[in-house]
Amino acid sequence: MPNAAHLMTILGLCVILCPIVLLVVLGFSSLVSRRLPEEVINRLLQSGMIAGLASSTLMLIFMLPMENPHVPIEIGNWVKIPEYEFHIKLIYDRLSIPFVMLSYILSGTILAFASRYMHREPGYNRFFTLNAVFLLGMVTTSLAGTIETLFAGWELVGLSSAFLVAFFHERAEPVRNGLRVWCVYRVSDAALLIAALTLHHFGHSDFEKVLGTESWPYGKATVSEHEALVVGLLMLLAAAGKSALIPFCGWLPRAMEGPTPSSAVFYGALSVHLGAFLLLRISPMLVKSPLLEAVIVTLGISTAIYASIVGRVQTDIKSAICFASLTQVAIIVAEIGIGLRFLPLVHILGNACLRTLQFVRAPTLLQDYRQLENAIGDRLPRLGGFWDRMLPRTGRTWLYRFAIERGYLDALIDDYVVAPFVAIFRFCDRMERRWTDYLSGGKSRESDRLNASPGSLEEFL
Amino acid sequence: MMTDLHLPWLELAIVFCLIGGLWVGRLRNPHVARNWSLVFSGLALIAATGAWLDFDFLDAVQADDSFHLLHHLAGRELLIIDELSAPLLPLAALLYFLTGLATLHTKVRRFSFAWNLVSEAILLAMFSCTEAWGIIGLLSLGTIPPYLELRERGKPTHVYIIHMALFILLLVVGWTFAEIEGTDRPHTLWVIVPLLGAILVRSGIAPFHCWMTDLFEHASFGTALLFVTPIAGAYAAVRLVMPIAPDWVLHSIGLASLFTSVYAAGMALVQIEARRFFCYLFLSHSALVLVGLEIVTPMALTGALCVWLSVGMALGGFGLTLRALEARRGRLSLTHYHGLYEHTPELAICFVLTGLASVGFPGTVGFVGTELLVDGAVEAYPYIGVAVVVATALNGVALVKTYFLLFTGTSYTSAVSLKIRTRERFAVLLLAALILAGGLYPQPGVLSRHRAVEAMLRDRQRLAPSPIIPSAPHHGEHTH
Repeated sequence: MPNAAHLMTILGLCVILCPIVLLVVLGFSSLVSRRLPEEVINRLLQSGMIAGLASSTLMLIFMLPMENPHVPIEIGNWVKIPEYEFHIKLIYDRLSIPFVMLSYILSGTILAFASRYMHREPGYNRFFTLNAVFLLGMVTTSLAGTIETLFAGWELVGLSSAFLVAFFHERAEPVRNGLRVWCVYRVSDAALLIAALTLHHFGHSDFEKVLGTESWPYGKATVSEHEALVVGLLMLLAAAGKSALIPFCGWLPRAMEGPTPSSAVFYGALSVHLGAFLLLRISPMLVKSPLLEAVIVTLGISTAIYASIVGRVQTDIKSAICFASLTQVAIIVAEIGIGLRFLPLVHILGNACLRTLQFVRAPTLLQDYRQLENAIGDRLPRLGGFWDRMLPRTGRTWLYRFAIERGYLDALIDDYVVAPFVAIFRFCDRMERRWTDYLSGGKSRESDRLNASPGSLEEFL
Repeated sequence: MMTDLHLPWLELAIVFCLIGGLWVGRLRNPHVARNWSLVFSGLALIAATGAWLDFDFLDAVQADDSFHLLHHLAGRELLIIDELSAPLLPLAALLYFLTGLATLHTKVRRFSFAWNLVSEAILLAMFSCTEAWGIIGLLSLGTIPPYLELRERGKPTHVYIIHMALFILLLVVGWTFAEIEGTDRPHTLWVIVPLLGAILVRSGIAPFHCWMTDLFEHASFGTALLFVTPIAGAYAAVRLVMPIAPDWVLHSIGLASLFTSVYAAGMALVQIEARRFFCYLFLSHSALVLVGLEIVTPMALTGALCVWLSVGMALGGFGLTLRALEARRGRLSLTHYHGLYEHTPELAICFVLTGLASVGFPGTVGFVGTELLVDGAVEAYPYIGVAVVVATALNGVALVKTYFLLFTGTSYTSAVSLKIRTRERFAVLLLAALILAGGLYPQPGVLSRHRAVEAMLRDRQRLAPSPIIPSAPHHGEHTH
């Protein structure tokens, strides 16, 4: 007769096994070019989502009476040599369980929606395979009990996001935007990896050792103020990339090139909140450094103001919703910075559900407007007027240009980061050509005959 | 303590290749030559895998062939398998086999299967050899087949000849002085500087890397790929330099390699042609292997040896995928979109999978190795070690950028079918299986590499003329 602990271990494993099974089946069929019928894919997804959600709900039920709801599940050492261990541990607590359930509920809803929305699309199988990668990444990140496990999930989310933005890959624009998203995510991944290495350097990697064994958010971090500041700033950089905080906001509207269901679940609901989740996970560490908290609050508030201004002038509904979502995400970050814990978590859950609903209604926006106008028998009232009264005309024009250009953030990154980088390496390339030409005593590059010439910066990214 | 393998696997692998080379060289029909080459290359793969499994089964430190046939001829045991070389042998044989297998009809006339088998024999012999002069001789011999191909195709050879001649010269000079000086006192600069130079040249460490881009420009893709992907320079570094080199030499190679890994990653991003892109991507990764090897801590060394295998497998497969695309579309420009996904989705998947494995993506064979390597590098060089992370991030960007350029961005209409062929599909599935299996169950591979590291460190302690202090500043070995 299994006891409660055994049952919880089994359920805990089921939570993570469901997306793994989905990925294995869908990925294998793609690899061997045996595309599954839509009906089979839908059934499979339904079963996986229901099983995963049911397991996580049961986990929640088991944990409700607990005084200290913190259930670590040891998977064991994936790799172990005397100098190194890659330890896999899942943590079920007040933070991970709501996030996992949110992932299953929203992914399940969106995938059900997508099964009709994507009907007979050529990339039907690819879409759901990438979604399975995404779900696995989300669940792994949410449950991670060690920084390495979190990093693995974090990377899976990034990869699937970039490829889903570029889903309609027969056109150049989605692909360019997908690459842009990937570039920002790589910066975010690198920051997280360096944070992990810094934690190793300080002698930690298990969250329980760093953040204490008490249930979230009552853990007591074991790091010093200096360590908390260094690691926290790196984590904040990682979170900023993932949650599109300043200066990485530019990728969020670009991500809207993907199919609406993936935009809804990724950039409106789940993925965009992952940065805030990371900050919540390490929140016991944040309180160790007031300077770090001040930086988080500043970043959150400035991003919220930025997103609020920029969102007001967007000319397509998906971009408007994504900036509205970003405004809330930035406020959540500021809330975390001022030391709140449960409010940001509830805020995440509410914002994610609302934005998902808005995104899936987005394709029928005009129809919705028509119904509203028919119902009230008049045009919808035009909001605004406050800023018209408060700001002079030149100020309004400047603000409008600032907003329509999305704060020139992308242009600044292009001019001051990408362009110098490309110029330096193209210069090196020219020098190498001269050197090999000299050694060869003539033209040394056969590839020049392709008539290839370096493209514009837009081509580069 | 030397143990005997159950069969003369090493000799068999080399003899199969040599006989195959002779036999295939006599055939005039390139299609028949390709088929026979596959037979001999496949037999060599079986023998090399047999040697690895047999060695693993014996659980020995070193082993040599049974029957000692070569011993009777040469008077001493020349071919030995140990923890370092055991997995390198089947990896090298696999790369040669898959390259032959994935050679399409359009390319069979341009690719010399006979020289391919001879090169394989030289490489397998080199990986089975632990004697210094044997390694030097085989490394030198190995440079000849690419040169012959370049000359036969009427391509410029100056860059290749200058670098390879310099490499061989430095190696011979360095080791001659090493023998003159003996092992009872620390070696002088007459030994160290030439050996250091030789390793830098052969490994393509900047600024000695131009021969590699030149080789990819002018040789057939298959030949260039097989010449570089086994990372023979790293083998020379481990066997010849590491046991005797003082710390400052290892530091120098490590720092030069660190710079090269970032430099090559940046260069990969701005390339406008696929072969050059691949070459820089490979250079960045092979430099990372050297970074780990020169740190000389157990963690970094284990990471380096793991990455050596994963890079060989992943970038070998990645190169084969690019080669398969080249066979369909000719030399691939990276200035515009090609939109090949709809024609060859399997190659697209293989491209992404092998590429991700090379940059150490979770779930692939490169993940744990890269983690160990990055950890070791940051532990040794707390600030500049972060460059390893930068290099892997840049490589990841370059990889996805190239994927998008080759497979997406437009709808390409072809007059002929560009679909994947059965042999290519087999190669793709085999590589995918190995990459995922190694990624999902990494413990045996990592343990085996760790044992190799222990043997290497023992050698370094034994052969060092003076007590060797580990080059990396230790902050206390930790378990995390």
